[in-house]
Amino acid sequence: MKDGGVREPSDLSRDERPKNALSARDTETLLRMRTAEATLDYRTPPQAPPPRAARDVAGALKTTFLHFVLIVLAVVCFVPFVWLVCASFKDNSDFFNSTFLPWGHLHTLTNDHYERLFTRKPFATWMVNSLLITSLHTAIVVTLSSLGGFALAKYRFRGRRVLMGVMLLTMLLPSQVMLPSAWLLMYEIGWLNSYKAVIIPGAVSVFGMFLFMQAMRAVPDELLQAGRVDGCSEVRLWWEVALPIVRPMIGAYTLLSFMGTWNSFLWPQVVLQSADKYTLPIALSNLIGLPTHDTPYGMLMAGTLLSILPVVVLFFVLQRDFISGLASGAVKG
Amino acid sequence: MTGTEDAIEARMVRVAPRASRRWALQARLAPYLFVAPFVVLFCVFMLWPMVNSMWMSTWKYANPRTNQYVGAGNYKYILTDKVFWYAVGNTVMFTILIVGLQVPASLGLAMLLNSKRVKFRGLFRFAFFSSHLVGHVFVAVIFRLILRPRTGLMAGALGSIYAPWAEINWTENPVFGRLAIVLAVFWINIGWGMIYFLAALQSVDRELYEAAEVDGAGRWARFRNVTLPSIKPVVVFMVVVCTIGCFQIFELPYMLFDNGTGPGMAGMTVVMYLYMMGFEGVGDIGAASAVGWILACLIFGVAMVQVRIARGKDDG
Repeated sequence: MKDGGVREPSDLSRDERPKNALSARDTETLLRMRTAEATLDYRTPPQAPPPRAARDVAGALKTTFLHFVLIVLAVVCFVPFVWLVCASFKDNSDFFNSTFLPWGHLHTLTNDHYERLFTRKPFATWMVNSLLITSLHTAIVVTLSSLGGFALAKYRFRGRRVLMGVMLLTMLLPSQVMLPSAWLLMYEIGWLNSYKAVIIPGAVSVFGMFLFMQAMRAVPDELLQAGRVDGCSEVRLWWEVALPIVRPMIGAYTLLSFMGTWNSFLWPQVVLQSADKYTLPIALSNLIGLPTHDTPYGMLMAGTLLSILPVVVLFFVLQRDFISGLASGAVKG
Repeated sequence: MTGTEDAIEARMVRVAPRASRRWALQARLAPYLFVAPFVVLFCVFMLWPMVNSMWMSTWKYANPRTNQYVGAGNYKYILTDKVFWYAVGNTVMFTILIVGLQVPASLGLAMLLNSKRVKFRGLFRFAFFSSHLVGHVFVAVIFRLILRPRTGLMAGALGSIYAPWAEINWTENPVFGRLAIVLAVFWINIGWGMIYFLAALQSVDRELYEAAEVDGAGRWARFRNVTLPSIKPVVVFMVVVCTIGCFQIFELPYMLFDNGTGPGMAGMTVVMYLYMMGFEGVGDIGAASAVGWILACLIFGVAMVQVRIARGKDDG
């Protein structure tokens, strides 16, 4: 199960149980062991167990205390979000007067900040820019990585080792190394201040290739060979056999990649120059005025909340895949 | 080609003699076609800039069109620049504080959540992980307001404990400014680390605990002798990844402080130094490339030392 890779244990056992079903003899041995265990338990009860009532009370106390600690920690972790939501609805006079909501006079709550974002600032444009750039980028990077990862995991071809070596080498270097030279390249091919500059160069992900290579190892060779015998072309093998098997990894990597691009700041900051091309992080950073007391804080908070929402929604959609995907990668090291 | 594939090809010939040649061709070309789009983009947008940046780091740029060969001049300048070493010191300090706080905290949280008694585990997991979904820029914007003196959330919380604490001006004070960055990164990463540790804890062999318990091992002994050795690869992974991440801190201080670098350059990091060198003021992308390579060496060196230490402990 450990080298099974990307799927959750429950998924794995459900899928694999029919294949390695127990033989009759195995079942018999197992049953015998179970019975032996049971008899053993019966004959040697635990020494001097504490009275049942006392144990229950202690257990309940422990459980309550544990939950109390967890709830306090969770609230501390989560409270900035609650505060953010409150702040985005407060009017300017309440903004610096009450920590959360102005409970005394709730009628002052307002959605002005949201309205102004769309009427006085081109917030809709920024949102569309971000959505467009991020979705295109994610679609490309997931397709290329799964295709390449499939080839690396399931084929022996000339240059495979060289390619993997070079990929590994670039992975050792921080991305900032090529920030100036990549910017110069964009300048030379005239891609500065264009969507392409944010979408295409980032679409090569060595990390994604390795991630999918790991995941694709779980695709059984017998299945691919059976497909070939049935007249399935190699592309269809990728699309119809391999991809469904690594589906959780697709979910996990989609979220990871989406998050990375959605939140990325440094690269868009140096290649995007005009306000109509800005993505949300760049746009929000430009809302902070100089001198600082001119900053429209309400708008900033409303914009931040709206900028966080898409990632949160995607997280809820892909949560299961994401957590099992992350975890499987970690356990394998 | 491996034996099995030859066998399949032989079988193909039997099954469909007419299409066999074209069939064999697509089977042979498939892997090359699969990696081709990646390789093309990889060479143009990654390999080339990387090689080129090595070359660029020996030039002084006034603008993209005007440059002058300076050899090792950029490196000499940077390595003798006090601001650069200040940035390195700052970055190392952030890294030590953040890794030292976050890795144990994530592990502790994971151990709490791993208890069989916990109900609503998914809900807690989300509550702790949610902050990781928020980008550094957005976190900086939120923290800017949370940390405002008197009116911010932090001032409210601290002020209710001890009134003068509400007056702390976090982003105007070098010590508190640094603390703010550590807090923000801590908040972003704690749940993310917890997910990894939780997965690792769940894969620890139950029988080992039972055996330890039979041997009369207490809670701490079980943690030291069973849990830690079992999850050690994940701990090392977490420390290395977290260190690499901390060495690349940029957006957070850049957005948190009014002037980017913070009070007394409290928020100056290596990547910020690189950014200012290449894209603000002078705009010398040659010198910025040199900073990039020095940063790469720093990160590589530190990661190597960490892995070496981890391995050394394993042998001993």
